[in-house]
Amino acid sequence: MRVLLPIDRTAGEDRALVGGKTLALARLGTAGFNIPDAVCVTTEAYREFVDSAGLPVAIARELGRKRFEDMRWEEIWDAALRIRALFHRTAWPADLGATLREGIRSMFGDAPVAVRSSAPGEDGVAASFAGLHESFLNVKGPDAVLDHVRRVFASLWSDRALLYRNELGLTPTGSEMAVLVQEMVPAERSGVVFGVSPLDPDAAVVESVWGLNEGLVDGTVEPDRWTLRRSTGRVVAHHAPIRQKRVVPGSAGTALSDLPPEASGRPPISDDEACDVFRLALAAERFFGSPQDVEWCIAKGVLHVLQSRPVTTRATPGGGDNRSWYLGLKRSFASLNNLRARVEGELLPAMVREAEALASIDLPALADRELEGEIRRRDSTVRKWEGIYKSEFIPLAHGVRLFGQFYNDAVSPEDPFEFTRLLSGTGMLSLERNALLGELAERLRTDPHLAERVGRDERGDAEFESRVGHVFLEYGDFFGSAGSEIGRRGVLSLLLEMSRRPPGASGGSAGEGAGLCDRFLSRFDGEARIFAADLLDLARACYRLRDDDNICLGRLHSALARAVEERRRRASGRSRDGIVRNGPGDTIKALNEPPASPGGGIPPVMETPSFLQRDRQLVGHPAGPGYARGPARVVRKTADLFALRAGEVLVCDAVDPNMTFAIPLASAVVERRGGMLIHGAIIAREYGIPCVTGVPDAVHRIRTGDTVSVDGYLGIVTRQGPEAFFDKPGTSGR
Amino acid sequence: MEDAPALERIVRELLAAQRLAVLATEAGGKPYASLIAFAAGPDLKTVVFATPRPTRKYSNLAGNSRVSLLVDNRGNREEDFADAAAATILGIAGEATGEEREACLSLFLRKHPYLSSFARSPNCAIFRVEVESYYVVSRFQSVSELHVRR
Repeated sequence: MRVLLPIDRTAGEDRALVGGKTLALARLGTAGFNIPDAVCVTTEAYREFVDSAGLPVAIARELGRKRFEDMRWEEIWDAALRIRALFHRTAWPADLGATLREGIRSMFGDAPVAVRSSAPGEDGVAASFAGLHESFLNVKGPDAVLDHVRRVFASLWSDRALLYRNELGLTPTGSEMAVLVQEMVPAERSGVVFGVSPLDPDAAVVESVWGLNEGLVDGTVEPDRWTLRRSTGRVVAHHAPIRQKRVVPGSAGTALSDLPPEASGRPPISDDEACDVFRLALAAERFFGSPQDVEWCIAKGVLHVLQSRPVTTRATPGGGDNRSWYLGLKRSFASLNNLRARVEGELLPAMVREAEALASIDLPALADRELEGEIRRRDSTVRKWEGIYKSEFIPLAHGVRLFGQFYNDAVSPEDPFEFTRLLSGTGMLSLERNALLGELAERLRTDPHLAERVGRDERGDAEFESRVGHVFLEYGDFFGSAGSEIGRRGVLSLLLEMSRRPPGASGGSAGEGAGLCDRFLSRFDGEARIFAADLLDLARACYRLRDDDNICLGRLHSALARAVEERRRRASGRSRDGIVRNGPGDTIKALNEPPASPGGGIPPVMETPSFLQRDRQLVGHPAGPGYARGPARVVRKTADLFALRAGEVLVCDAVDPNMTFAIPLASAVVERRGGMLIHGAIIAREYGIPCVTGVPDAVHRIRTGDTVSVDGYLGIVTRQGPEAFFDKPGTSGR
Repeated sequence: MEDAPALERIVRELLAAQRLAVLATEAGGKPYASLIAFAAGPDLKTVVFATPRPTRKYSNLAGNSRVSLLVDNRGNREEDFADAAAATILGIAGEATGEEREACLSLFLRKHPYLSSFARSPNCAIFRVEVESYYVVSRFQSVSELHVRR
């Protein structure tokens, strides 16, 4: 077995054994380039590691739950997190672990190293999508190195890599990863040189930052940028950013720190040094025979090559390919904090102000012409906020994801989604609204006379009516109920149903959450603990804001709906509703779907000339533990939800935050939309209700009244009987 | 999740590609499984197999004609957990005689010409299973049923 090879012995090796990054550096090293000392943990080590625990089977099962093209981005991220947790909880086989530990100890002792991915496919397609796999800087000691090697192994299955799974040819049994463990160069300045500019074939580009390269690569630190003429090697342009930060080694890992004033005032490298860097790229180009992108750094005045790979044209997304947009959503801790501040401090309050302003307008008092103007104004307001939703609110989801990964690294829990229990119960608007509705249900429970009147579709007393009105106005378009008598009646019928259940049947796992929180924080000391607490705080804020933004958007949608309703009332019979779209929220719904989602709209074909199909067992994601069995209530449109009765299994396309208050009535929740961090799943967990998400065509394959079993541990929904209907030969048709 | 035409295709390919199936019979409340060579009719509504008469499955079938067959494409590899497909067939088996026996025999031998002397031996019975339904398992746990229209 060759599981660990010093870099100076890998130049003649197979790329399949050491990976592209190692091979390129090793070859540069033999040609006299200045490369850091390093060892390669080979793909043979990866193979032995994964085979020892049967990981290829587990990965195949994780990725095989449904057709890959049916998976949403969220589900891909969930799958990547589960796979990462599998790697994290897999111990090194004893001999392999000992060999690697010893080799790394004898080479580096406790000196800091960089642990970088070196995937065999890296110079091919992967190079076009740089950053698919993980690398870690400033890792100290053999145990920590092995721990990070495992993380790099797992990043073969990162969400980014999975998105490009087909292009990369990723297969659970065939794909492998090597890891380069590199002496850490204490760089004062670093950067990247693009041997050929992506914009101009006769130009090269040098980028540079103070400190380590990490800040440049992940986009946290904006670099100085030089454009050079390839033919002359001269600088033709220099762009200087506002320099504020740099990435430096922390006690472990890296930290973002303020630049000292003397550094912020000047570029990290001179024009002459930029030319030196370009000459380095040219030399690598001559050596490899094709233009190179080179990552470099300067320590004590000496230029080092950290990695080199051929220049590739970035994949240009074809029609309908939104993957690059998705990849662009990923944010660093620092930028997420900025985003949070902007959403919390500016955007949401502005949205609330607009909603309040719209709510204060007396629509019936407007002249027809004014009403037309008002509808147009509201429509453009909704469109504006939908745009902001896409660019500013959706990326907040990564705050939760960043925390989830960090939590799992620290705590290594059996359930990779344990961290979600720390997120909720932090004053979300939907919970406030649900509490108010709970109070109304409580009124109905304790006042049989009132319940009777409401049950007969009569108005309640003045106080009850004013509280109902308040909830509708304040929390907007939940259940699409705004401005319609049918909606009001539907909500009241659900409240009546809730009032018939014993009081206090609600979830809330705050106590348990506090215990988990202590356990999580106790893993850290000093500064690391402060960071952990900050990250948790960020995740909670992101989760809450992602809920609140939906409620606020619901208020704007309902303001538009009210105005349209007013026009409809005035001009019933005339058809001039051109401005009204399919329904509020459809744009947002579309954004949250994969490009070619089968959606909930097109029923699958359930028969052929020879056969009738009946689905027995449907597989989704286990999103809320527990087991329940009951009659299905399939919700395809709003009115279906109003018919929900206690103990039924709620089957729907997607639970959005505007309909969460009905969930406690259900004995289980089944959703077509997949994901562990979607609201339906988190609320179901909170109430202790079994939940399975990501069940393809759920609303078409299950019918209202079917008895279904929901296994929230395994993610399986089983339709029971009526067996007799199909079991008799000669029976056909439905 | 597959729709009906896709499921029918899966079943058709599976039954065409696989030579062997596991046959389950029953007698006295005791289930009994055996490996058999089979062939399926073009409309997937019949499956035929051959068995010598002194066998346990033959005597079981004499007492209870309800059968279940399992056809699958597992290769005893890691990939099976994600990729293997299986169809459980439910139906009623009856020994074919006369012209029906000749038709079933020729269907059987088209797929298994190397079993000619076995299937043509005087003491070998040819059974025809009238299929009621296929339970198709894919992706490890997805289960859909196809019920024959008659």
